[in-house]
Amino acid sequence: MPNKKVLPPNASALARITRHQIIIPLAALLLLAVFNLINDPSFFSISLKPNSNGDQILSGNIISIIDNGSELAILALGMTLVTAASGGQDISVGAAIAISGSVMLRVLCGADARAETLQAPIIVAFLVACLVSMAFGAFNGALVAFFKIQPMVATLILFTAGRNIASWINNSQLPIVKEESFSYFGNYIPGIPIPTPFIIAIVCFIIMFLVLKFTNLGLYVQSVGINEKTSRLNGLNPELIKLMTYVILGLCVAVAALIKVSRISTINYSVVAKDIEMDAILAVALGGNALSGGKFSMAASVIGAYVIQFLTTTLYALEVNAAALPAYKAVVVILLVVMSSPAVKEKLAVVGKKFRKNGAAAEKA
Amino acid sequence: MRDKAILEMRGIYKSFPGVKALQNVDFTLCKGEIHALMGENGAGKSTLIKVLTGVHIKDEGNIFIRTESGEEQEVQIHSPQEAQENGISTVYQEISLCPNLSVAENIYIGRGDSAFISWRKMNKRADELLKSLGIDVKATQQLASCSIAVQQMVAIARAVDMDCRVLILDEPTSSLDDSEVKKLFGLMRQLKDRGVGIIFVTHFLDQVYEVCDKITVLRDGTLVGEYEIENLPRLQLVSKMLGKDLDDMADIKEEAPVFEDKGAAPVYEGEGLCSSEGIKPFDFYIRPGEVNGFTGLLGSGRSECVRTIFGADKVTGGKVKMDGKEVRITKPREAMDNGIAYLPEDRKRDGIVGDLSVKDNIILALQVKTGFFKPFSKAKATEFANEYIKLLDIKTASVNTPIKSLSGGNQQKVILARWLLTNPKYLILDEPTRGIDIGTKTDIQKLVLKLASEGMSVTFISSETDEMLRTCSRLLVMRDRRLVGELTGDQLTQSAVMNTIAGGDKNAE
Amino acid sequence: MLNMLRTDGAPKPPSRKMTDTNLLMTITIVVFFAMYICSIVFLGEGFRKPQTMLNLISTNSYMIILACGLSIVMITGGIDISVGGVTALVAMSCAVYLEMHDGNVFVAVLIAIGIGLAFGIVQGYLVAYLQIQPFIVTLAGMFFARGLTTIVHTDPFNVTNEAFVTLKDSRITIPLLGSTTKKGVYIPATIEIGVIVAIVIVAVLFCVLKWTKLGRSFYAVGGNRQSALLLGLNVRRTTFISHVICGLLAGIGGFVYFMHVGSGSPSHASGAEMNAIASSIIGGTMLTGGVGNIVGTLFGVLSLALIQSIVASLGLDDPWWTGITIAAMLCIFLVVQSIIIARRKKANKAAGAV
Repeated sequence: MPNKKVLPPNASALARITRHQIIIPLAALLLLAVFNLINDPSFFSISLKPNSNGDQILSGNIISIIDNGSELAILALGMTLVTAASGGQDISVGAAIAISGSVMLRVLCGADARAETLQAPIIVAFLVACLVSMAFGAFNGALVAFFKIQPMVATLILFTAGRNIASWINNSQLPIVKEESFSYFGNYIPGIPIPTPFIIAIVCFIIMFLVLKFTNLGLYVQSVGINEKTSRLNGLNPELIKLMTYVILGLCVAVAALIKVSRISTINYSVVAKDIEMDAILAVALGGNALSGGKFSMAASVIGAYVIQFLTTTLYALEVNAAALPAYKAVVVILLVVMSSPAVKEKLAVVGKKFRKNGAAAEKA
Repeated sequence: MRDKAILEMRGIYKSFPGVKALQNVDFTLCKGEIHALMGENGAGKSTLIKVLTGVHIKDEGNIFIRTESGEEQEVQIHSPQEAQENGISTVYQEISLCPNLSVAENIYIGRGDSAFISWRKMNKRADELLKSLGIDVKATQQLASCSIAVQQMVAIARAVDMDCRVLILDEPTSSLDDSEVKKLFGLMRQLKDRGVGIIFVTHFLDQVYEVCDKITVLRDGTLVGEYEIENLPRLQLVSKMLGKDLDDMADIKEEAPVFEDKGAAPVYEGEGLCSSEGIKPFDFYIRPGEVNGFTGLLGSGRSECVRTIFGADKVTGGKVKMDGKEVRITKPREAMDNGIAYLPEDRKRDGIVGDLSVKDNIILALQVKTGFFKPFSKAKATEFANEYIKLLDIKTASVNTPIKSLSGGNQQKVILARWLLTNPKYLILDEPTRGIDIGTKTDIQKLVLKLASEGMSVTFISSETDEMLRTCSRLLVMRDRRLVGELTGDQLTQSAVMNTIAGGDKNAE
Repeated sequence: MLNMLRTDGAPKPPSRKMTDTNLLMTITIVVFFAMYICSIVFLGEGFRKPQTMLNLISTNSYMIILACGLSIVMITGGIDISVGGVTALVAMSCAVYLEMHDGNVFVAVLIAIGIGLAFGIVQGYLVAYLQIQPFIVTLAGMFFARGLTTIVHTDPFNVTNEAFVTLKDSRITIPLLGSTTKKGVYIPATIEIGVIVAIVIVAVLFCVLKWTKLGRSFYAVGGNRQSALLLGLNVRRTTFISHVICGLLAGIGGFVYFMHVGSGSPSHASGAEMNAIASSIIGGTMLTGGVGNIVGTLFGVLSLALIQSIVASLGLDDPWWTGITIAAMLCIFLVVQSIIIARRKKANKAAGAV
């Protein structure tokens, strides 16, 4: 991103900044923040209060945003890669979270849904869940990469079957984890006032940042997404790279599932992570990434994810009915994409040009 | 407007962000003439055509059309539809038909006022039309099942049937073989006799002098001039297009390729190579510092041969030795690991990664070679990119400019840079000079000779035999997907090559 | 002297007659009848009665209408995932109007059509003229419709409006297909009114797609947008119209659904959009655009419905089996389609090269 200070404050510099894609989610974030500031400055207040366990924790709207936005932001990481490489989106992530969470509970509680003690260490359950969701990711990836099925259609399969498979795994029972340490992942670790999901998300961002910096993942994924034939002739294996992005998304799903399940220590197959696939895709789109694949900006997607959560929390703060929330979200999303659509941008540019022309004429006169 | 003129464009301006594509360009087309529009890449030919067909909208200027009743009239063209309504039809270089529809539909869609379609009538009319033009295809056939050449002919049939007064042919011959080009020219003359004005855009000078009446030359978005064909000899045309003298061209002609076969072990040696694309098994070798080439007609299998060497197609058989050691090359990656580089024929489809920057395009192949876990730092990548931008004289705003915004010749140089960066032992160039301007063509030929003198082996393919004779010391001739001859030394003459291609000279085998 | 490789003497490539569209549709129809015959032979009883099939069609008439709309958008190369939400919104709005304002059934129909058209027009405008990705636009449309449904009314309720109940319960008798019970009473075969609506829509759309300029424009735009533009088609308007038609059909489908269930609820028609997309795909429509057929879509819907009732009658009545079966069927169809298309492409390429 060009540094604002170095550039002369003229129109072309402005144009250069606005052309950078990260400006879209940042502008949206700023807009929401300003709106809340005007509407109710106390929206931003953060306080340190003891929770029901007597631990000191931070609370406030901002904390709730970074807490509840974690799963979404983690999914946005994987979704960005999938979008970039395969030019399509995985709509099965919500269903895959259900499966992954179900597997986790099955391993933790064994056959007895009301087991008093854990049947396996949490780490084992998590690893098994990782393997399972990576396997499902590989299934999606294989359909996309080897059978050349459009991603949305290919993942429609798991979207349809996912929640059913999840309830099948536990025979429609809803196991409850009694062990307290399991709930740390979705809530607070005693003594740390920051919500654990946010810490997990930060760890994921750092890992992703390191991966992008110290491997060629970014270059490979983008060139496969932009021109598959060229990539092949340059020695890449496009199928394998696409498959890999889906497997990475699978890993993200497992992490998100851990947080989701840990939040309530149990699972509801038909409700858990409902519509999260739509939010994850929105996050990628809000980040200014082309849904048709190619170049991507990971940071923009992550900010996009938090914009969505910010919006949700803002609406809650305005006391909007939870069920009606999607309607308002939709309006905001449409406004955002309309503002950033090329056609509208062009029109705005024309208006701006006229404005400047008039200004110049006035100056001359 | 001149008496016979049916189309006149006056003072056309068009600019895109950062580029002035057309500046004060005039163009006049008369009734019943074939008018060549010439210029290097980036001269503004395509933009002018697109302004005329409504794909781009002009910034300034006027377009006049003579209506059927003979009146002249200023028209505003905002869409291809409006262009069609004004009697302007276009056949584009890349097929612009719908592959999922039938041949007949592709001819008639988007035309006529009736909201309903009578399939029987449409198919019958289409069959008659195709027959009258000598195109061997059924009207009901799905377009995707036709060869590219036939698809091109269908596009022309569509334009013919539209009773257009102005027909634009934008590089229609680049995917046709000689007999099809002849057929096309026949068609063009037939239309000319009917009074249609034809604008013909092509890179092939021979073709211009074969069919055209007039030439309009553009350079850097401005008009150089309009000339009668008999008043503008070839050399002058070229110098007008380049805007400079022909010293560069002369230069390279004198540098006859000298390659002394010192009997060194071949860098690459293949035996019984064949691939899924249906070429007959062939043997091939190349020695260090040698420049050789595959020649033959379009579709004779010369590209398929080098694709097999590089492992770009599915290799179905053969033994490969590099530096005398047996190796396995069935995938591009394996070829790269063995020091082979391949610049593909279709730059846009197989060469560039359009949205990525020049820098990323340059380092791509090397980054694949170094492996997943060894990315270059930003500074290192920029350094590499700048080194080759300077070395190959690539014209780009910065290393971070997306490659798709560069002109064709510069894109080609970027891809060349990509491969040179991998420091190959053996470089394969498949039509590196196709569709790029003459200046860059010479640059590339010079570079090939320079690389060879430094010890690199190069296989060079070009549609222009001249170029091949200038650069290669050994030519392998292909016919019917079979290697039919090898020419070296004194045999390297235009006529010998033609004879071997045509199969007349048995001695060559 | 030169070899004329392309035009003369080359062997004619095989199986030129069938277009991609027809091939995929034929597969669907064959599979449907194979399944139907198998279920009659092996599962007997229930399936032998024509009424079983007619019930299946009655229950799914709204799905046929939704899937038809989706097929048009998908043929044009777009997607519309708002249809389920619009269906729920229409049902809820009509229910509130009829029940709480004691409204007129005809006006309710107009409301349904109005809502559908409004969604179609707005979404179509955003997609076609502002060039926003259809997935995002209709995703927002889905959210909006679902949210609005709860704003209109939060709780599910039944409609007791007399005129409406009469309409809802009226059945159309089909001669010759009735059955006789063990006691010898003849029970005539009946269908709901929605089926007639669905059949009319299928017939009209089939004709539009086959014999009108507009219909062929859908295929052209879906096949290659850029080419369609250069061929002089108004690509934007065509895209716009495809979304308007889809919206309109979602409105009508919503009302047909409402006539079937006779209630309003925010959770109505949940997942309907994905079922409609799945039906369309099974019917041979390709999401890449340019390939598809309304008759195929019809059989796609029926195949999905049939397999569900087959699964149920096999005794696999755990709730998860339905979803898993649909997914498995979708998976098989997709893989088969992809293999067939890849093979044809290869054959075409070989034909082109020779």
